[in-house]
Amino acid sequence: MAGADKTLRVIGKPVRRVDGRAKVTGLTKFADDLFLPRMLFARLLRSTEAHARIVSVDVSGASKHPGVRAVLTGKDLPVPFGILPVSEDEHALSLDKVRFVGDPVAAVAATTEDAAAEACDLIRVEYEPLRLIADPEDALAHSEPKIHDYADQGNLHKVVALEFGDVEEGFREADLVREDLVFFEGNTHLPMEQHAALATQDADGRVTLWSSTQTPHYVHRALAKVLGLPASRIRVIATPNGGGFGGKSDPFNHEIVAAKLAMLTGRPVKLTLTREEVFYCHRGRHPTLMAVKTGVKRDGSITAMDFRTLLDGGGYGSYGVASTYYTGALQTVTYRVPRYRFRGARAFTNKPPCGPKRGHGTPQPRHALEVQLDKIAESLGLDPAEMRLRTLHPPNSLTANYLRVGSMGLRSCLEKVVEGSGWRSKFRKLPEGRGVGLACSSYICGAGLPIYWNNLPQSGVQLLLDRGGGVTAFCGSTEIGQGSDSVLAFMVAEGLGIPPADVRIVTADTDLTPVDLGSYSSRVTLMTGNAAIQAAERAREILATHAGAKLGVPPTRLGFAEGRVFDVEDPAKGMTFAEAVVCAESKVGTVGTVGSYSPPPSPGRYKGAGVGPSAAYSYTACVAEVAVDRGTGIVRVERIWIAHDIGRAVNPILALGQVEGSVYMGVGEALMEEMAYRGNRFGVHKIPSMLEYKSPTTLEMPDVVTYLVEDPDPNGPYGAKEVGQGPLLPVPPAIANAVYDAVRVRVDEVPITPEKVLRALKLRAAGKEARVGPTRFPDVPWPEAIRVPPPWEGGDGRAVAGEARAAERGAGGRRQGGLATGVSK
Amino acid sequence: MMRLPKFRYLQPRTAADAVQAAADAGPEGMYVAGGTDLYPNMKRRHQTPRVVVGLRRVRELRAKSGSPTAGLTLGPNLTLTEVSRDPDVRKAYPALARACLLISTPILQNMGTIGGNLLLDTRCNYYNQNQEWRKAIHFCMKKDGDTCWVAPGSPRCWAVNSSDGAPVAIALGARLAFLGPDGERTVSAEDLYRDDGIAYAAKKPEELLLRIELPPVDGWRATYQKLRRRGSFDFPVLGVAAAVRRDGDRVAEARVVLGAVASRPYRSREAEAALVGRTLDDTSIAAAAEAAFKPAKPMDNTDFGLAWRKEMVRQYVIRALRELRDGA
Repeated sequence: MAGADKTLRVIGKPVRRVDGRAKVTGLTKFADDLFLPRMLFARLLRSTEAHARIVSVDVSGASKHPGVRAVLTGKDLPVPFGILPVSEDEHALSLDKVRFVGDPVAAVAATTEDAAAEACDLIRVEYEPLRLIADPEDALAHSEPKIHDYADQGNLHKVVALEFGDVEEGFREADLVREDLVFFEGNTHLPMEQHAALATQDADGRVTLWSSTQTPHYVHRALAKVLGLPASRIRVIATPNGGGFGGKSDPFNHEIVAAKLAMLTGRPVKLTLTREEVFYCHRGRHPTLMAVKTGVKRDGSITAMDFRTLLDGGGYGSYGVASTYYTGALQTVTYRVPRYRFRGARAFTNKPPCGPKRGHGTPQPRHALEVQLDKIAESLGLDPAEMRLRTLHPPNSLTANYLRVGSMGLRSCLEKVVEGSGWRSKFRKLPEGRGVGLACSSYICGAGLPIYWNNLPQSGVQLLLDRGGGVTAFCGSTEIGQGSDSVLAFMVAEGLGIPPADVRIVTADTDLTPVDLGSYSSRVTLMTGNAAIQAAERAREILATHAGAKLGVPPTRLGFAEGRVFDVEDPAKGMTFAEAVVCAESKVGTVGTVGSYSPPPSPGRYKGAGVGPSAAYSYTACVAEVAVDRGTGIVRVERIWIAHDIGRAVNPILALGQVEGSVYMGVGEALMEEMAYRGNRFGVHKIPSMLEYKSPTTLEMPDVVTYLVEDPDPNGPYGAKEVGQGPLLPVPPAIANAVYDAVRVRVDEVPITPEKVLRALKLRAAGKEARVGPTRFPDVPWPEAIRVPPPWEGGDGRAVAGEARAAERGAGGRRQGGLATGVSK
Repeated sequence: MMRLPKFRYLQPRTAADAVQAAADAGPEGMYVAGGTDLYPNMKRRHQTPRVVVGLRRVRELRAKSGSPTAGLTLGPNLTLTEVSRDPDVRKAYPALARACLLISTPILQNMGTIGGNLLLDTRCNYYNQNQEWRKAIHFCMKKDGDTCWVAPGSPRCWAVNSSDGAPVAIALGARLAFLGPDGERTVSAEDLYRDDGIAYAAKKPEELLLRIELPPVDGWRATYQKLRRRGSFDFPVLGVAAAVRRDGDRVAEARVVLGAVASRPYRSREAEAALVGRTLDDTSIAAAAEAAFKPAKPMDNTDFGLAWRKEMVRQYVIRALRELRDGA
């Protein structure tokens, strides 16, 4: 599939993005920019209780309010929905209970937004308050009242346990066993654009929804289910997203409400959320407490790893089951982990639901792991970069949990940042108050499995070749600012040898475009890229056949470049691309092709094996340099060196943008971002505003030195791997490790606020353990682990049968609970 | 989006007409200068004036007169950008220029005025929330409720004076001239503020800030140190304005004023006493910092934890005084 570099004319070049001019000149139409004649405006009335039964909802006052055209409550939309089939626990409007402050209860459509808001004020809701479940510890301690009727145990939404080989045996083989407790606070996506949706129903009853969504296909399915309409009567169009970062990946209540109101009123209805409401949509990073225990040999090679995670899920399932598995899935793909155990639990709590945010479930465990490796390296007297280089997972091999690693460029990444940052002359050598830290990571290039079970392609591309020489590419992929429209145009342009400007893009429209599952899990470049390449190859075959016949050249000898189709042995002999289309069209009629893509099947066959597999894995290494003010504890990130194994950069400028954006987000998570709630004040979100939810400004953004490592992956289009999410992952642990290098204190939780640093500095000054962080991991009633022997112990990817499990259980006693932060032996 | 409530907008051209309009409107009326604080507050229904008296056309409120040696008078409608760039202010009252540059963001500094900042509504993260959010806490004492959620047993409101300009104005010894229906009066900046989150300014609603009078420099040196989460945008979680006048090596007079730790700018006379008569050295600075630190009582209603904020009082007083010492 991949051509040699020198033959590529678009791929790898800094071509301007197809939507660049419209974005910078303000011509891009976002969802809230859309206006239709006779349009109504809708508002949601949201719960003022964190946990309560709804006794009654009286909408009589609202219905009579001037300008009001329709009022909805939960009973008007009784069908539950949710992104994952295993947790369809949401209602468009709360049916019988509310689960967090901000849960929608009723909706109003009116001729003006003011009238809709005034009418919402007139709705009387009577609540019967229930005990608030504030956090996972609270959920563990109180199985009643249940936030949901379904759950693995009480208020524990999901509890999973997997074991790949005998970890206790692995710990016995270790020279050093270290156990650490780390907490990663929840944070949110903070896209510039608030969610907005516009719905209308045409004269024939067909419903159209424009929405700021990353996943129009899943919204399409949810609408069909809840509205009770055939999918063929519903059209979902994803408008360009003004940022998503995972926060627009669920089907949302406001989308369903807008559609229902349009059906009821016969008029278009728009619903644009306020910034505060975006905080209530959330679906962001799960606050996660982690206990990580790792055994290593003296050279730093890992003998076994045991990972426990406890996630604060918020009020609904969302992607939570997948998020839970993701907190255990990707620890194995960077360094060789011969034996591995993972146990994860997700609690329901009375807060806005958590879900996928850039890195989905993996930044938290990556942080804990990379911080622990830094401590291990220090205990062993090894340089942390050197230690990592020695233990890298080999390319083209299976991990303990049956993930198939393909290309693996982490060695080059590490070498780049070590060299570029001057690591060897800085690490443990800078003056007190300044420090450097290092961390690595990996991320998937598209989830191996779709959200709902099916054997269908995960991305499809359709090409229409115009006799004028233009090509239209249709694809369900969704532009969220990451550049997916551009990638699609570049892939088609490269494949057909035409300029990107001759490719017209039609995307994210369920009436017009083949399904693409959406912009999540860093899947689009790899999946739509491969589908586009297939469609382009098929188009080339058709054109080559007929152009070749006319030119008297065998089709296999024809080249496509610079808008021409020509004999590669005699380039002067040829025709324009448009002439080739005319040739083909005159012989076979309208010229169009399709391409589609499904990721390769994963070798894992155990329950839970669906989370983690991917066609390829990207790798990242990062060095952070920080300055710590010892008087205040304020940490300033001076510079970041980051190297990302992208396989091949489809467009280096867009790739740099994704890396820098990830660094920005990682700095925010590391130092300040925090979804804070007031559990003792009715469970309200403490700071749902862009002013008080602290995210870095340009002034906090460090200089970034980026290295793109190009080691083409055979599964990637032209060798490309992802870059949208992976580069976030090593940033927080690199900063945490740099803080330690600067002032020799460990803040084992993010955000690393000045308060925590100062507290740790005081402990250090008092001669105590200079560490601030969690001190206990609560007892979780873990189920018996599903045991899967790793590949090198003769495993075939399946769990061992019950008796074998019981036999093994008899053989090795298991210990739980009891935690020291550093146990050496 | 959050939308403004409906109101009538008046545009008087003289200060006297403005005062008359405000007096006519009574409790339904409010002044607006730059609008960077009032309009967001109106969207959240903190204030819902039926009549808004716009001051942008009142030319006399943009006047500047005097000199650093005779005393400089600033019109309250000068924007924060204008004050921060004014050559006299930069040269003779650099602490004020710095404070203005540290308020909010450069874009908002182009709209916001120095008068508006001095009369900034007190802030609290139980209060600066929209109406729906405040419904969930059954509102608070400052607006529509009975309880101060910062200290539920408290009979008073603990909202925080978050002005950067106010502590500096006090440290500079500024006087503020107001025009009311009964004529003009002048009050020292220090006496304007009250330690009450609701009635935070000793001023009638219809009284209009007319002039900000900065005294002659006369050997005083002042500075301002601001603590906040980010380098832009954020309100202070602590501001330290310090001014000293030295007589030879010794401190003859000093003013140390803390912002954002109480409902009013807090003038630490204890810290000042620790400096007067001494040389400005590490020992006297540490003593002043300790004296300022002890009574400072930040509450849990801004960014950051209150213990750390209190501790930072020491750090920032030291920083401010060292700057005065070293920057000579």
